[in-house]
Amino acid sequence: MARMKFICDAERCIECNGCVTACKAEHDVPWGVNRRRVVTLNDGLPGEKSVSVACMHCSDAPCMAVCPVDCFYRTDEGVVLHDKDVCIGCGYCSYACPFGAPQFPSNGTFGLRGKMDKCTFCAGGPEANGSPAEFEKYGRNRLSEGKLPACAEMCSTKALLGGDGDVVADIFRNRVLVRGKGSEVWGWGTAYGKPSTGGQPQAKPEGKKS
Amino acid sequence: MRISLRATALVLSCTALALAACGEKTAGAVKKSDVPAFQGSTGQSAYVANGWQSGDRTAWEQQMRNRNQGQNEYVRAPAQP
Repeated sequence: MARMKFICDAERCIECNGCVTACKAEHDVPWGVNRRRVVTLNDGLPGEKSVSVACMHCSDAPCMAVCPVDCFYRTDEGVVLHDKDVCIGCGYCSYACPFGAPQFPSNGTFGLRGKMDKCTFCAGGPEANGSPAEFEKYGRNRLSEGKLPACAEMCSTKALLGGDGDVVADIFRNRVLVRGKGSEVWGWGTAYGKPSTGGQPQAKPEGKKS
Repeated sequence: MRISLRATALVLSCTALALAACGEKTAGAVKKSDVPAFQGSTGQSAYVANGWQSGDRTAWEQQMRNRNQGQNEYVRAPAQP
C-alpha cells in the first residue's frame, strides 16, 4: 500500500468550510483549535481560489526533525502522529511546519499554551484504537474502523481527496484529463516531493506549483 | 582526632547527598508504541465499516482502496461522452 495522502483540488473548492466543520465535529476539537481550515487567495476578485489546508503528513516532516522531545512518529501508512504525553508544547513544530498545521489550545485564565494538536488523518494516537483515552486526546480513529478521513469523505464537491496516495493521484489525474485544466496541486511538492528514505522523490501527479 | 572524625563524617554525608541524585528517575515521558490501524478498533463495533476483517492487513488495505472510490465521482456518475 502506498502512503496516505491529501490532495486539495483548488479548481473545485468552493470555500464551504464543510471539511472544517466535519473535522471539528468528528473529533470534538476545542475552541480555538482548527486542525483544518480553508484558505482563500484573491478573495472577492475574479479568479479567486480556495484550498483546504491541514497537516499534509509530509514524507520528510520538518516537525519531526525539530521536535526537542521526539514526540512524533510515523505509522506504516505514512501518517505523521504525535504522543501528547511526551509533547511539552514548546511550539517549535509550529515554526517548522510550512502548512501551519500544529495548533495550540489556550487553557486557563492567562492563556497558558497547551500541548500541540493537529490533524491525525483520523488515525488517533498511540493509545488503544477506539478507546476513550484516545478519543479524548486525539479524536476518532476512523482508519481503524475501515474508514477514511471525515473531511475528505464528506467534501461536497470532492475537492479534497484523502487516502492511499496512488488511488487519490489516479482520481485527480483522471479528473484533470476530463476537464482539461487545473493540474496544479498546491502543497504537493512541499509535502511529498522529498525522498523519504534517501531514494528517488515520489511521483508528482501533474503538479506545477509546490 | 575528633576534628578529623567530624571532617570525615561531613565529607561522607556530603558525598551521600551528592550521589543521591544519581538514583533519580528520568522525568520525561517515553513515547508509546501505536497499534496499526488494520488491527481494528476496540471501540463500539457499530461504527466499524463492513466489508473487512480486523487483523487482516490485506483486507484492510483493500477496504481503504474500495472506500477511496467513494471520492471518485466518475465511478459514481460516469462522465457523458
